[in-house]
Amino acid sequence: MGRDSAMRSIAAISQFGDVQMIDPREHNFAPSASLTMLERRGTLLRTLREFFFERGFVEVETPLVAPEIIPELHIEPMRVEGGGYLQASPELHMKRLLAAGAQAIFQVTRSFRAGERGQLHNPEFTIVEWYRVGDDLHAGMDLLDALAQTLLGTPLAARTTYAEAFVRTLGISAHSASPQELANVAQEAGVAVPSGFDESDRDEWLNLLLATRVEPQLGVDRPEILYHYPASQSSLAKVVRSPLGYEVAERFEMYYRGVELANGFHELTDAVEQRRRFEEVNAARLKDGRRPLPMPESLLAAMEHGLPDCTGCSLGFDRLVTLALGGTEIGDVMAFPGD
Amino acid sequence: MTTYNTSDFRKGLKVQIDGIPYLMVEMNFRKPGKGNALYECKLKNLVRGTMLDRTYRAGQTLEEADVSEFAAQYLYRQQDMFVFMNNVTYEQYELTKEQVGDAWQFLKDGMECNLMVYNNNPLTVTPPNHVILKVEYAEPTARGNTATNVRKPVKLETGAEIGAPAFVNTGDYLRIDTRTGEYIERANGPE
Repeated sequence: MGRDSAMRSIAAISQFGDVQMIDPREHNFAPSASLTMLERRGTLLRTLREFFFERGFVEVETPLVAPEIIPELHIEPMRVEGGGYLQASPELHMKRLLAAGAQAIFQVTRSFRAGERGQLHNPEFTIVEWYRVGDDLHAGMDLLDALAQTLLGTPLAARTTYAEAFVRTLGISAHSASPQELANVAQEAGVAVPSGFDESDRDEWLNLLLATRVEPQLGVDRPEILYHYPASQSSLAKVVRSPLGYEVAERFEMYYRGVELANGFHELTDAVEQRRRFEEVNAARLKDGRRPLPMPESLLAAMEHGLPDCTGCSLGFDRLVTLALGGTEIGDVMAFPGD
Repeated sequence: MTTYNTSDFRKGLKVQIDGIPYLMVEMNFRKPGKGNALYECKLKNLVRGTMLDRTYRAGQTLEEADVSEFAAQYLYRQQDMFVFMNNVTYEQYELTKEQVGDAWQFLKDGMECNLMVYNNNPLTVTPPNHVILKVEYAEPTARGNTATNVRKPVKLETGAEIGAPAFVNTGDYLRIDTRTGEYIERANGPE
């Protein structure tokens, strides 16, 4: 028996299959997920690692706590007593590895985002992130699609532009509609507008409509990759001109059954533009009454040195496992959410 | 009074909006990866019992509502007012017919209920889940017709009418589920 098949036959024998689940509502030490779920989660993690190893990726590890973090408008980092931030994603350090010469790298790690708790959110969660030098937007989407097919057993993903999804669900042009037009569409669709909402901000309207009306319709019967986001939501992605003449971000997101699973970028390599975007984020944070974050000089230095042309992607592993195992919330597949 | 931030929002929170107390019965956190967080709340108006859907952005706040619940004895009814007494402080509370709602059907002098107050003003009253009440009048049933699946209306000592099996007679004591208003079984006597 070869080593691989020996490994597989060990995996086929369930260690936890007969264990009676202890009700976490009655015993506060007990995990919220069943041991069977956790065992199957472990098997999926091994399949995921094999997927990347088969394609020549190197598994890396980077710090969880660091003095710098990527400034994001809508992600609140957790500060650590004594200085530094728990990382909200491993992107900053993985890009430093790429600038130092790494070619194809992946990582399975924990990420931390303050205040994010819900059926599909936990302040601490497992993220899978990978980069491959030489990949453009479409190669990046191909790789993500292949991974989803392997782990979820789903058919080829649909590919839809951000603009197409808005036309399909709401009959409006996401790239050219004015805030007033977006407001009208929201009203017609019966979307509850949150109080304190900035009605003059196009991106606020787009995010609201995406979250409440577009997302639930995405990836209904098979995964769906949304790409070509508005340039104003480019984050760390390259911006190009779309066939229709709009400036769009080479950013993509995978959805399955209305659940956002992964976010990828054909990575911006221009350090000057990246600094400008980070400054814009900090200005917007300040305007929103939140603390600006320190400029991630180590990442900008890596980009100045030379970040090779590449595409990267990150995937919420807890959500993927939830969908793969037929759960409804990530607490079904996480041992101790809420701890 | 506590101020709740969106990150404190959860099921079971009691909050006030425009001076009205609400119970958060559902809270759904929704957030696209790079987009703004939305806190979709279903709020139950504790005065009227109606539902309100409200969505909040991260960083917004709601004031805590001073709502408390305690055991209170039902004393008596005076026209349209129902009088209760806090078992510990002996403070008395008067509730209107609207505030008592369907609970009037099960209220018997001396019964221990659960009273909810907002800023010490009564909101609602909940009787025990199971109560035993005497049948004031039941239509006599033809001899032999003792099938249990046949229901007939019977009048209780509180004045309420409920459906009971054919074998129930005037003067019987019945155990009733106050949440559904349904007959459970015949009891041996008053509690």
